Amino acid sequence: MVAEPPPSPRTRVVLAEAAARRATDRARADLAEQTPVGEALVKGLVRAQLALALRLALVVAAGLGTLPLLFAAAPAVGSFPVFGVHLPWLLLGLFSFPFLVGVGAAYVRWAERNEQDFTALIRRPEQ
Amino acid sequence: MNPYLAPGLVVVVLLTVAIGAYGLRFARTTSDFLVASRSVSPSWNAAAISGEYLSAASFLGVAGLILCYGVDMLWYPVGFAAGYLALLLFVAAPLRRSGAFTLPDFCQVRLRSAPLRRLATAFVLFIGCLYLLPQLQGAGLTFSTVTGGSYVWGALLVGVVVTANVAFGGMRAITFVQAFQYWLKLTALAVPMIFLILQWQADGRPAATPRAGAVFPAATTVVIEQDAVLDGGRAVEAGETLHFAAGDPVPQVSTVDARFGPEWLLPGGELGLFATYSLILATFLGTMGLPHVLVRFYTNPDGASARRTTLVVLAMVGVFYLLPTLYGVLGRIYTPQLLMTGRTDAVVLLLPEAALGGGHLGRLLGALVTAGALAAFLSTSSGLLTSVAGVIFTDVLRSGRSGSIRDFRLATVLAAVVPTGLALYVSDMDVSQVVGLAFAVAASSFCPLLVLGIWWRGLTDAGAIAGLIAGGGAAIASVLVTVFGPPLTGAAAELVEQPAAWTVPLAFVVMVGGSLLTGRRVPADVGATMLRLHAPESLRT
Repeated sequence: MVAEPPPSPRTRVVLAEAAARRATDRARADLAEQTPVGEALVKGLVRAQLALALRLALVVAAGLGTLPLLFAAAPAVGSFPVFGVHLPWLLLGLFSFPFLVGVGAAYVRWAERNEQDFTALIRRPEQ
Repeated sequence: MNPYLAPGLVVVVLLTVAIGAYGLRFARTTSDFLVASRSVSPSWNAAAISGEYLSAASFLGVAGLILCYGVDMLWYPVGFAAGYLALLLFVAAPLRRSGAFTLPDFCQVRLRSAPLRRLATAFVLFIGCLYLLPQLQGAGLTFSTVTGGSYVWGALLVGVVVTANVAFGGMRAITFVQAFQYWLKLTALAVPMIFLILQWQADGRPAATPRAGAVFPAATTVVIEQDAVLDGGRAVEAGETLHFAAGDPVPQVSTVDARFGPEWLLPGGELGLFATYSLILATFLGTMGLPHVLVRFYTNPDGASARRTTLVVLAMVGVFYLLPTLYGVLGRIYTPQLLMTGRTDAVVLLLPEAALGGGHLGRLLGALVTAGALAAFLSTSSGLLTSVAGVIFTDVLRSGRSGSIRDFRLATVLAAVVPTGLALYVSDMDVSQVVGLAFAVAASSFCPLLVLGIWWRGLTDAGAIAGLIAGGGAAIASVLVTVFGPPLTGAAAELVEQPAAWTVPLAFVVMVGGSLLTGRRVPADVGATMLRLHAPESLRT
């Protein structure tokens, strides 16, 4: 271990900063050296991101993936007219694309929030 | 011939070269290119990715399939777009953070296995060739449609031009060129569509499937390509010319597979449930395994911007895919003769002149659409050829000796020969169907590898190899049988022509099972790799 520089006794501010830096360094070292704490932190992040991705994939599977079954089980839906156009044409040809973009936008937002939480956890002065 | 055509095509090529030359001022070498691209905003980068992705299959093939088979074919554009959502959810940011430039690189980073790297290289080559094939097919078709020349010469011509371009560096994968191609393709479909819809309104909104059956909108001459029987029992011979007056009913030709009548409007007729789900799996999960898609992700500065770029790509691709559907539907009204010849992939090219007449407007818009098609072949095949040649260059040729520009040119020619030869052989397959097969192979090989590699610590090299061989091998076998084998019927045909519904789960199961059996081979540094893949860049020291 590298010897830490002696904290300057002159002002509280410097002390507080140094203490904060030491805590951050410890969390970063936990990450870099793969200590059990670091492993747990990374596992938590991976699990959160995977759960988010799977949840949104499930939304798409439910929203789009069930359509072929629906059309097969209820042929009336397949010929249901909306503004003179059969419903499947509207659902697949028009509305599926904004739906996909909406799911993607939600993912980007929440995935970035997960990462911010993770960063804040590592950087938090008192661990 | 259309007098606006030649100037239009020349303008596209000149603009491409000019923008490329302008871009070259900033980027002279590959590494320059990568560094320079980091100053490019996500929206430029996304336009470039979309420009490279929207291929002949998207530009011509989707509309042709919809014209021919109806609403079931909408799963192709939906899947092509949704592939980017799967890429965004499971792959984009971690892949960028891994620093891998190609799929074999990713295998090296994650599992540190040379045999796996070689196997992945083989898959990249196969998928690249299979994906190049329909681009050349589309080129041949466009050539024969707009000039009346032969399909073979068109496919050869574009194959040779693209190969020469890539080999001599005339068309480097520069962000600005690809981004320009996206906007060109979008304009080339969107502007004519405005006039087409106005024309359709002026014609009194004719129905796509009139109750009395399809009729010719104007006097039409059709040349029969194969001996066949028309409905009504009349036999026709190859080469025979048929004349129809405006208002005549469109006869069904026995050798051409197309859907007539109102069931064209209804789902479930052309594709069974199994085939539909197979197609959904292949397109949703296959995009992430295409060689030219992943290379582009390296140009993002970090994982978070890779995510944002992917989201913009999803939106751009989604906007584009609204248009082919309309071309397919209007083609039903204005170009019904394509249902007799089976050349439905040509609908986008023929529709403007067919609907708007042979006046200046129709010809100008026809030339615009053809210029867009040219942009589609140039951007996608150049991007594909560059990435396939790059893999041949680094992983096949350069084992033991240092690579040179000459080696890269040799690699480019090698990468181009096989698909060009194949394109001459399989001229009669639908462009989008061949693309669907390429997606099926990618979804059954690289999708499990990427998803498990990124999210599961337990993956081992032995498990990955077993999964690639089982799932990807099964998909490749299906492709080979579909392209070269005898025609199949019944359940066997569905299993082989749309294999993804069984090959993707097979690949996942074998990969997980193999990894669990060889648990001791999990790399010792898997924790560090996971940290690198998932932790935000700001935490790196």
